[in-house]
Parts: sequence; structure tokens; C-alpha cells
Amino acid sequence: MIKTSYISKTVQELKPSGIRKFFDLAANMEGVISLGVGEPDFVTSWSVREAAINSLEIGHTSYTANAGMLELREEIAHYMKSRFHVSYDPEEEIIVTVGASQGIDIALRTILNPGEEIIVVEPCFVAYAPIVTMAGGVPVTVQALPENDFKIKAEQIEELITPKTKALFICSPNNPTGTQLGKSDLEAIAEVVMKHDLLVISDEIYAELVYDEGYTSFAAIDGMLERTILLNGFSKAFAMTGWRLGFVCAPKEISQAMLKVHQYAIMCAPTMAQYAALEALQHGMSDVEDMRSSYRRRRNYIVKSFNEIGLDCHKPGGAFYAFPSIKKTGLSSQEFAERLLLEEKVAVVPGDVFGESGEGHIRCSYASSMEQLQEAIKRISRFMERFN
Amino acid sequence: MHLNDQELELLRIIETNSRIETADLAKMTDLSEEDIQATLQKLEDMRIIVRYATLINWAKVDEYHGVTAMIDVKVTPKRGVGFDEVAQRIYRFKEVESVYLMSGAYDLSVIIEGRSMNEVAQFVSDKLSTLDSVISTTTHFILKKYKHDGTIFESTEKDKRIVVSP
Repeated sequence: MIKTSYISKTVQELKPSGIRKFFDLAANMEGVISLGVGEPDFVTSWSVREAAINSLEIGHTSYTANAGMLELREEIAHYMKSRFHVSYDPEEEIIVTVGASQGIDIALRTILNPGEEIIVVEPCFVAYAPIVTMAGGVPVTVQALPENDFKIKAEQIEELITPKTKALFICSPNNPTGTQLGKSDLEAIAEVVMKHDLLVISDEIYAELVYDEGYTSFAAIDGMLERTILLNGFSKAFAMTGWRLGFVCAPKEISQAMLKVHQYAIMCAPTMAQYAALEALQHGMSDVEDMRSSYRRRRNYIVKSFNEIGLDCHKPGGAFYAFPSIKKTGLSSQEFAERLLLEEKVAVVPGDVFGESGEGHIRCSYASSMEQLQEAIKRISRFMERFN
Repeated sequence: MHLNDQELELLRIIETNSRIETADLAKMTDLSEEDIQATLQKLEDMRIIVRYATLINWAKVDEYHGVTAMIDVKVTPKRGVGFDEVAQRIYRFKEVESVYLMSGAYDLSVIIEGRSMNEVAQFVSDKLSTLDSVISTTTHFILKKYKHDGTIFESTEKDKRIVVSP
């Protein structure tokens, strides 16, 4: 019997992800249609896979530079400049990471002193607050509200700022709500951030998946380049989740500090995946465009269908999630998701696992084929009839 | 011919699945059902939508013994009409599935569907090679179709993603 005292208090106190519970519940059922998936339904394009295979064939199996292959960092710098109008020095301001997740980890471990606070905008990706805690910080959550289509307001953030506040953690387009913050939303938040001399950790992993208006990077807002740690990666835009390849861009002083954490913890990201990513940036943009068009159609379809069957749903500007309200049913989001799974075999994720303000909603990923979405809507519609 | 964004979007959707209901097309594109119907009608009238096709992998059907052949045809073009006249004479045969004018070693690529190799051979020797303008033919039989018109025939890929993920 292993003593629990072997385990650190911090880890003992971490709550397991609420998503895990639903995975366990759904995993053993047959015939489930899943809207619970947080990743593209496309397979990485063949040219990218082929580039990785070729890198193995010619024997590229050794470490790369800690920050990643310079050739890849140069390509990332070019990509960030041409797509998002932000300039980073590939030699000193970009680090290739093991997924954007590792980017979050090194960013937080680099900036946090014990007890310092990070304001985390909820609902959000389940890992943000736990990673803050593991880095010795204190997550302070602020809730983006359904009545504002889950757009966070600058004044809500300002109310929570204390002398211990170090940074704001934000994700747009957002997982799970799909909400995209426009330039004016970001400018208002930037004003508060600059007034209180905070940093921003901006998770821009869904930046390529926006459907109605262009994308504004937080780092592109006046005065924000020098106080933004920008996280991005290849998982969502290039359908490369399993490759675990991301990158962090930040001003030189911060990135060089992050590089210390990165090199001691990871050494470098996998070489094969870096060659794949290089190919994705050099020749993969038309695939991104195809995927984006496909997601846009499915977004339109699922959002309209939800509203028709009585699940009020705002039209999310990006990512591949719809976040409809299930309040009319009188069920909690956990009850709704569980009953929908057991009675109609449709897997969705209850909104409360992404934070308190997600309660009363469910996250439905539309990264599934149209046939699957049509069948899912049919089943959910049948389920909703029980509440009329 | 210039098409607007909505017309292009509609074409892209139905290119891979023409059976999607008008109501669902309307939801996917933010157009009304009436608009969808009118647009489809317009695209049909313009012969941009030429036909709504079903792609069948006949090789999987036991009773079917059809064969497909690709024939390289060298021809003498005629003054004033070039290759068009001979192409027209060839594509009018019902056995002919496709005719393309090619650059390179031969002039026309003709695709024939027949019930047997014998039937195809007969068509080539009796009908095709006896045309005035035809100088020579080279027939290639297709042994197996892996991918056709952008569709992989034997793909058994399942969704490998775990049912619920972050």
C-alpha cells in the first residue's frame, strides 16, 4: 500500500478532469455518436505525413536545437507575420514546444512566483487552472457570461485585479464556447492590462478556424506585443493533434527565460514532428482553407438546428464547438449529458466541466461528418421532445 | 463564367454528396430553401451542374463482370474543325464513357465501359479504328480501381478519435 504522503499536496488536491468521467461512461457503449471530441475529424494531410516519413527515411532522428529547428522557427516567424501581422525574431523569440499545452506550462512556470495570481477567463479549456496551480500560482477565475455570448468584459477583469495579479489568461476563439473576441473587445481588455502592468497569456490555437470576420491576435493590439505570451500550434489548424507540436512567441527576455525551463524539462520537441510542421506551413495552407470551409458549413447547420429544436445557441465565430443552453429542460448540464448519452447514445460534454459559467450548457463539437451531425440532431431532437 | 460565393459554396457541398436535403443545405449555407432551389435550377440551366451522379463500385457486386478500358487514339485533325469532329464521332457511341483531348504521344484518350474484354475489343476493332481520321489505337484495360473521381473505393477508415476529449 503506497502512502498518499508520497504524492505532493498540490497534486493530491487537483481535481480529475470532468471530461474523463464522460469518456469512461461513453467508451464502453456501442453505437454512440460523439459530439464530445475536441479535435479535428480530418486526418493530417498526406503531404505532411509523407514529410515526416521522409525525415525518418533519411535518418533525421537526433535532437534539434532546444528552441526547435531554426528553419521551422523562421517559417513560423514568416507565418505569424503574414497571417497575423505580428513580428517575432525566429532566433530569440520563438520556441517550438510539445503541443501548445507544453507552451502553457513553460509560460506559467517562467513567470510565476509562489502565490501570484493569474486571472483565467472561464468557461475555458480544462487544463488552464490546474496548470496555474501546478506552477505554484493561484488561478482567479472570471466568468464570461452567456448573455454576452460569452464575451468577457474589460471591467469584469479589472474588478479582480489585486497587487498579486501577474497575468491574464485568455483564449479566443474559445474552447468550449467558440466565442471569438474582435479587435475592439481586445483593445478594451488591453487597456486594463496595460493600466495594471500585467502580462497576457493568449492561447490562439484556434486562430485559423474563424468563420465570419478576420482574426486579430492579442499581440497585434497596440502596446501588447511586449507584454503578450502567444501560444499556438499545429493541432487544430493543420489537423495534427497527435503530433504534439506547438509554439510560443514572446518578447526576447521572456522567451529566453522560458527556453531555460523548456530545455531542462523537454530538451526539444520531436524532430520528426518538426519536419512535418515545416511541410504544413510551407504547403498546407490550402488544406487549412478547405477544412475551414467545411467547418463553417457544419457550424451553420448545427447552430440553426439547435435553435430550431429549442436549444438556444449563439453563433460562435470560431473553433469547432457549439455551446447551446439546456436550461429549458430544467436539468443540470451533467444530468442532461448523462441522460442524452444513455437514452439516445449521443456524447456531449457538460458545460460545467469548463467552469461555473458553463453550467446550463453543453459543448458539442461539430468536427464530425455531416451524416453524423444529421443523425445526432435527429436523436437530440427526439430527446428534447420529452421536455415539451 | 463568374459565380458568386454562395453559388460556389453550394457547388462544393453537393460535389461530394448530392443527396443532402434542401432544408439542410439551407442551414449549412445561411440561405433560404427557396434560394437554394432557385440557385440549383440556375446552375442546372447554365450546365454548370451537368448531372447528379452516384459513384458505384461495381467490382463489389458479384453479378457484375464489366471491364473498363482506356484507349490512346492517334488521329489526323481536319482543316477547320481540328480534333472536334472526330471527338464528336467517338463520344456519340454509347460504349464511350469519356473522351479527352490530350497533349503528348497521342491525341485522344477514350474511356470505354464494356461487359467483357471481348466486347471492348470488338468495339475498338469494328468501330473506333475504322474511323477515317483514326491512325492508331492502344488499348489499356483497367485491372482494379483504387480511387475514382476523388473517391477512394476501399477506404475502411474508422473514426479513431476517443469518444470524449478535451
